[in-house]
Amino acid sequence: MSTRVIEVTDLTKKFGNFTAVDHITFDVEEGEIFGFLGANGAGKTTAMQMLCGISMPTAGAGTVAGYDIIRENELIKRNIGYMSQKFSLYEDLRVWENIRLFGGIYGLTDKVIATKTDALLERLNFREERNTMVKYLPLGWKQKLAFSVAIFHEPKIVFLDEPTGGVDPAMRRQFWEMIYEAADQGITVFVTTHYMDEAEYCNRVSIMVDGRIDALDTPAELRRQFNADSMDEVFRQLARKAKRGD
Amino acid sequence: MKQFIAFIKKEFRHIMRDNRTLLIILGMPVVEILLFGFAINMEVQDIRVAFYDPTPDAFTTGITERVKQNSYFTYRGDMHSMDDMEESMRKGELDLAVVFQQNFQENLVHSGEAAIQLLSNSSDPNRGSIAVTYATAIIAGFQQEQTELMQIPFQIQAENRMIYNPLMKSSYMFVPGIMGLVLMIICTIMTSVSIVREKERGTMEVLLASPLKQGTMIFAKTIPYMVISFIDFVIILLLSYFILGVPVNGSLLLLFLVAILYITLTLSYGLTVSTLVDKQVNAVIFSAITAMIPVLMLSGMIFPVDNMPQALQAFSAIVPARWFIEAVRKVMIQGLGITMIWKEVLIMFGMTLFLLGVTIAKTKKRLE
Amino acid sequence: MIEVKDLYKSYAKGKVNALNGITFSVEDGEVFGVIGPDGAGKSSLFRILASLLLPDSGVAVMNGHDVVKDYRKVRQIIGYMPGRFSLYQDLSVEENLTFFATLFNTSIEENYHLIKDIYQQIEPFKKRRAGALSGGMKQKLALSCALIHKPEILILDEPTTGVDPVSRKEFWDMLGRLKEQGITILVSTAYMDEASRCDRIALIREGEFIASDTPQGIIDSYSGILWSVEGDRMSAMLTALRDHSAVKTSFAFGDKIHIAVADGLQAGELKQYLAKKEFSDVRIAPIKPTVEDCFMALTNE
Repeated sequence: MSTRVIEVTDLTKKFGNFTAVDHITFDVEEGEIFGFLGANGAGKTTAMQMLCGISMPTAGAGTVAGYDIIRENELIKRNIGYMSQKFSLYEDLRVWENIRLFGGIYGLTDKVIATKTDALLERLNFREERNTMVKYLPLGWKQKLAFSVAIFHEPKIVFLDEPTGGVDPAMRRQFWEMIYEAADQGITVFVTTHYMDEAEYCNRVSIMVDGRIDALDTPAELRRQFNADSMDEVFRQLARKAKRGD
Repeated sequence: MKQFIAFIKKEFRHIMRDNRTLLIILGMPVVEILLFGFAINMEVQDIRVAFYDPTPDAFTTGITERVKQNSYFTYRGDMHSMDDMEESMRKGELDLAVVFQQNFQENLVHSGEAAIQLLSNSSDPNRGSIAVTYATAIIAGFQQEQTELMQIPFQIQAENRMIYNPLMKSSYMFVPGIMGLVLMIICTIMTSVSIVREKERGTMEVLLASPLKQGTMIFAKTIPYMVISFIDFVIILLLSYFILGVPVNGSLLLLFLVAILYITLTLSYGLTVSTLVDKQVNAVIFSAITAMIPVLMLSGMIFPVDNMPQALQAFSAIVPARWFIEAVRKVMIQGLGITMIWKEVLIMFGMTLFLLGVTIAKTKKRLE
Repeated sequence: MIEVKDLYKSYAKGKVNALNGITFSVEDGEVFGVIGPDGAGKSSLFRILASLLLPDSGVAVMNGHDVVKDYRKVRQIIGYMPGRFSLYQDLSVEENLTFFATLFNTSIEENYHLIKDIYQQIEPFKKRRAGALSGGMKQKLALSCALIHKPEILILDEPTTGVDPVSRKEFWDMLGRLKEQGITILVSTAYMDEASRCDRIALIREGEFIASDTPQGIIDSYSGILWSVEGDRMSAMLTALRDHSAVKTSFAFGDKIHIAVADGLQAGELKQYLAKKEFSDVRIAPIKPTVEDCFMALTNE
């Protein structure tokens, strides 16, 4: 019996007259890799902000990591990890300083941080980069490190916002292998991407159009439903219906 | 030329659409004037007063009693000579001394005129002037009563003498200072930030990749701020004239010319700053440290330059506002002409040339 | 025509090498794509060509004008769109466009035909401030601004980064129509699947072109044998395939795995190997490589 780590019903966010997120209902199970797709401006970012407890929904209800998204958003923050392409690590801090900082933010003790840092650097083959300033790391390495830091405190869920944008093809795949490892350890992965081949790597995929979730299933099932050869085509068929500004 | 005008239009749009900036640049002079004006004119309590009355009579006793009973005053005794009086005042024991003319009542009855001298200790000009205002009001009240009682017109002349600060009015001191400060903030901070913002937001990259010449851009950037700071200058001038009663004793034209020179100087400094930093926040910090703080501390706005230690006096010589404030005081308050401010004008002119030179040398036609 | 020879560029006093000897040329009216990951040197290269950076050494000539000596002339004939959105967010769509038109001594009316196709899509929002536009619309406005002076050469630095697949396709369709008007287009991207939209491409990595040819030429020069493998439990299969001695590389590609195999390995042999490891329903087929396969193969060398 698997447990649901994200469960939301009719989640809605309005900005004035504009409904950014329009009654979305879905759930994500423990250890699942959940792809969250949509065109620019479809409402992905707003939806993610509500799930992470940093934006208050206008209507609807739900739980993330077992905590209510309206009343217990502070507890949610402590039980999730977050990483985005735009911000993940402090460029002007060294590798170990970043790990130390984020470990500290999530309340790990110095001793735990020290042990886990060694293990992490070992696993990533990063030992020699321990004292390197993050800005001198190649992008692919940075993103791998950022992901490791995002799951350093062993959260129940990790939210990844376009984690592989601009990363070279081989690194991109290594990154996904890390996602699989994390999922195997029971960490739920909630990921957005513009690479449609990456949508195939997810257990299930949802596609947002104009603030609503218009499709949600396994990639294989979606391809069958839409009679398409690839996720790219599924996405195109759905996004073409979009009426919003873009 | 079309490029130039298009650029100026764009700059004005940036300013007009940023309500906060607009509020700062138009509200700042008003707030500063009112703040300084009223903060300094706060109600004053416990005014230490003493009397010198060579020939006491009914009238002098009447006035003395009224002052003693007034809650703002604290009675510090009667003096027996003018020397005593000046001695206490010099020691700082008194804020106000009331000196009656000899044979006060006699003069009043016979000639319908008698004089009272109000001596205020204006080492704290604010406290001194308020003490005089209160005392004058009390005397006027007394006179009013007596006139009605006796049915004959007579006049008590209250003559004020401020000692230790002959220029006296505190607003005379700070109005030129506020001009120096406000213009510095607008010209230096706003100009440098507006250029650095283009670097930070990446629009500079697009501008550089276009045929627009650097000189055109920089010159166009300064025009809106020149206009705005001139408006601010006029606002300050009007507010200080009508609300604080600071007169313009010298030539208004000369005053405007001095202001325009100073505006050009501070704009040039803003441009220099913009060539040295790449981030808006650094532009603000850099301008604040190098421009605002020296204006406040070293320009003579708050602390007179003459009272500073030698080293600071020397340092204040490179603070542009010091020369501007001195020039404004001379023209506006003392009513002096161009012949008396040529030194200040030349120094400011030299500084402007120097800063423009640095700006031109430092301006890049590429990204690095 | 763009002619670039032996461009070198380093930062931080030679500590960071951004470009390590880049040489290539682009014909008039060609769409030339520079493809590679972030940090490979794409932006440095484009900024040098836009006369915004000085190369340490080497020469770049844009339609006969040297980017160092004749930079003023270069700035008149190029349209440059930097990597991030670089228009005035507090000015309206129309004001931005008018401003950039005036900078180049022209007007919207004069060159409307050039941008019509693109600008018409955002014209209904011309009074809206640029900052309030969606990502796709911003991109269209930026392209309109880069085009308004009828440039001979268009330099687009990662115009499609962070843009969804549908808007990306639209964008490339627009570039196709611009090419028909004879504009030379130099464009960079990190998305390998966009390679096929270019006439010729260069794959860039660590400041060097590791290959430069037509997309088909790049694919044809792939020397190995490439198979696609499909089945269940893909992630476990990926590891299993890597353990096989005749499998040189094994990478996930959407719902399939692409493997480069040694000469002489039979598909049946590999199927048996996988069956032993309890992978059933495995389908193996030889395939043609994509540009992404080529990039990874070249990176691995």
